[in-house]
Amino acid sequence: MGRRASWLGALVAAVTGAVLVYAASAALNPYLLSIIAFVGINVILAVSLNITNGFTGLFSLGHPAFMTIGGYVTAILILSPARKSHLLPDLPSWIAHRQWPFLASLLAGGLVATLVAVIVGFPVLRLRGHYLAVATLGLIFIIQGLAINLDGYTRGALGLNGLPELTNLWWIYGWMLLTLYVCWKLKHSSLGRTMLAIRENELAAACLGVRITRTRILAFALGAFFAGVAGGLWAHLVTLVTPSSFSFLFAFQLVVMVVLGGSGSITGAALAAAALTVATEALHPVEEALNLFGASQLLLAVAVLLVLIYRPKGLFGMAEPDLLAWIGKSPGRQPTHTGLKRQTEV
Amino acid sequence: MTGGYILEQVANGIILGSMYALIAIGFSLIYGIVRLINFAHGDIVTIGAFAMLASVAAIGAPFPVSILIVLAVGAGVGVLIERVAFRPMRGAPQVTGFIASLAVAIIIENVGIMTLSAQPRSFIVPAYLSAFIRLGSLQVRAIDLAIVLLAILLMIALAAFVRFTKVGMAMRATAENYQVARLMGINIDRMIMLAFAIGSALAAVAGLMWGSKYSQISPLMGLIPGLKAFVAAVIGGVGSISGAMLGGYVLGLAEVLFVGLLPPEYSGYRNVFVFSTLIVILLVMPNGLLGRSTDERA
Repeated sequence: MGRRASWLGALVAAVTGAVLVYAASAALNPYLLSIIAFVGINVILAVSLNITNGFTGLFSLGHPAFMTIGGYVTAILILSPARKSHLLPDLPSWIAHRQWPFLASLLAGGLVATLVAVIVGFPVLRLRGHYLAVATLGLIFIIQGLAINLDGYTRGALGLNGLPELTNLWWIYGWMLLTLYVCWKLKHSSLGRTMLAIRENELAAACLGVRITRTRILAFALGAFFAGVAGGLWAHLVTLVTPSSFSFLFAFQLVVMVVLGGSGSITGAALAAAALTVATEALHPVEEALNLFGASQLLLAVAVLLVLIYRPKGLFGMAEPDLLAWIGKSPGRQPTHTGLKRQTEV
Repeated sequence: MTGGYILEQVANGIILGSMYALIAIGFSLIYGIVRLINFAHGDIVTIGAFAMLASVAAIGAPFPVSILIVLAVGAGVGVLIERVAFRPMRGAPQVTGFIASLAVAIIIENVGIMTLSAQPRSFIVPAYLSAFIRLGSLQVRAIDLAIVLLAILLMIALAAFVRFTKVGMAMRATAENYQVARLMGINIDRMIMLAFAIGSALAAVAGLMWGSKYSQISPLMGLIPGLKAFVAAVIGGVGSISGAMLGGYVLGLAEVLFVGLLPPEYSGYRNVFVFSTLIVILLVMPNGLLGRSTDERA
């Protein structure tokens, strides 16, 4: 498959998606629309977590922390000056008297999350990967603690409610495409190959001149950026952000999506995110009817254990199955199995 | 701020530190032998507390006997988790182990929520343990004294076991070098099982202590103590048992003094302080106080 053909395929997919978004916005009821919106946000989160956990072979649980940061930063920047002076008396005047546009606020949320990722990543990522797991788990509690206690900036445990409902399917779709595009380009670029090299063999990569710490921080920070943006999108979808909006449990769900899809597979992470979001949503009424809260979490955890034992590489491993070709069933052409193979074919 | 107040805070720090130390030992023991950070370790604390509640409420066992029951339940659960969740994926990359342990943690927590409800329950200790005892100018509850003494007793027993018995020597050898230990005829499976059994038993006892001290238990109570104990293990140097003990006391004292000596408006930052400490420790001394630098950690 030539480069032009794959571009054409991607373009067709993007346009089809846009048409579907348009049709959905017009035809579906708010409940279904909100599920689709959460699917989109979770795809952004899972695919961006895949940069750290999949490509680079680190293990970050920090996405909820970055989402909280992104959610708060975005919400504070967007709030009207009148409400800010009422709710958040400690804000410096250059924030308090101005109201930012949505896009700029989202970007700011993402950038602050990136900054925090670099600050945390610098000490932790020099060490072996597993310290990152604990440090990022700690980060969730640090950010939560700060959000609760800095009440002049965040309104404490109450959180910020009544946020403007700015996020719609178009915003989510746009960011989702951007995330997928960036990750795809990254995976097939020399930087992405560097990350994979670190994952496969750190020592060998270092011997070949890969700057381990710098590459890891880059991967971690990039993931944090998209998590921050997703936090902002989420906050303005549910019109609420509180210190406990994004918990440790959510980090686990995101990790599950990456593992089920296959660490390193963008397609896998996106599909797993979509499937799990829909499944959790579908199980909610069952949980409520049977009065068994926590059952869906339990099923998820058992499923992960089984996948780890019987299919440790997840659904797709590293591969990016060519879904368009699979749907079209074009005869006489084998689907490409790995990203590497694809590159050599190009 | 009087001398008596500071002394009281130090005593509180030592009590908290004793519990952190007991939990941290498990982290270090298991990490030392299988290189696994066991996120489900904190949930063993919960299981210990509920085992205590069950043995006192259901069987009516006296307090000291219940401690033995809790030790046994903790060890049993630890071995079970190892057998069911971790053994099938031994030899897989480290990341697989984390995810598995997270999954186990979620399973234990949700089974707890589904069967026991997330509401906290009160945990009542016998009257003779809630009495006050005078130690010089210091007044402590009997249970606090019992916590510290029991913790020290258990730690001495563990240290003696690891130092002087043949099995203890085999454990140290396995932690030192997995492959060579196997060549020397040490049964690795048994060593791993033993590490889980001992570590989990100690964590379960810490759970019963936690419940007795704060008189409240819930299915999610183990999460934060478990994570903080991991911080303690890192402070001491992950993989080192004596490091875990030392780290537990250092963290317990630091946390209590942070809350006790600073103005009250900072007390909400307790968890922020502990987890920021972790990041600072990793920056300035990644091998901890007593840990050794190895190629795997550096």
